[in-house]
Amino acid sequence: MISIDHYIWLSAVLFSIGVLGVLFRRNAIIIFACIELMLNAVNLLMVAFSTSLNDSRGQVFVFFIMAVAAAEVAVGLAILVMVYRRTKSVDIDILNRLRG
Amino acid sequence: MLVVFSKNPVYSILYLIITFFSIAGHYVLLNAQFLAAVHVIVYAGAIMVLFLYVIMLLNLNKETEPHKSNLAKIAAVICAGTMMVVLVASLRGASQMMPNSGGNIGLVKNLGKVLFNEFLLPFEISSILLLAAMVGAVMVGKMDHNIPPVANNQKPNDNNN
Repeated sequence: MISIDHYIWLSAVLFSIGVLGVLFRRNAIIIFACIELMLNAVNLLMVAFSTSLNDSRGQVFVFFIMAVAAAEVAVGLAILVMVYRRTKSVDIDILNRLRG
Repeated sequence: MLVVFSKNPVYSILYLIITFFSIAGHYVLLNAQFLAAVHVIVYAGAIMVLFLYVIMLLNLNKETEPHKSNLAKIAAVICAGTMMVVLVASLRGASQMMPNSGGNIGLVKNLGKVLFNEFLLPFEISSILLLAAMVGAVMVGKMDHNIPPVANNQKPNDNNN
């Protein structure tokens, strides 16, 4: 039987890969994808603890996190499409212009 | 890992889909069948299609993207590696409990009871949030066409007022 320690390790590794992707790439779409990866690492850990503690509330919270992630992706990609129409680029360094 | 390091964004998203399916497999292993089904539908079905559609709409599958400097890449790798070490070191041995596989809390019946008794208000709030996000996404997507006519129409109105 897989113990919960393995799930902790897997979630930590997945979350770190997401952080690495956010810091590593300049394409804004890939950064969104890596944020999704981090959210999924947290979801996986919550489901693992929910099963381990025999408590359904963790899975309900995972359900809510999924809803919030879907909303975030929809709004973020809409903003990204608009930024691309303005600047013809998805490089995040372009967004330095937002100041002022 | 291939999500981060593949040059082509389309390949990156496809690797992300594979990752999500493996996470759904883990949900099935953890007796969370309802969440596995929802995960496959929402992520692999909706969000990834949205990502691929945006990538292909913006025609980004050429590698025109400039990359960061080597210093920033090394700093990113060091930051992520240090964070992983800290996470693993802080969480290792923190729990000694074993998962009891006998529970059927992940089934639709029990999850629905908890969701609609104890979490009814957050459920409704999340539905309102999804509606607001949908309306906001449509408005933001259409705003680029609407801005110049609105700006032109507001000038005469202000002058008339």
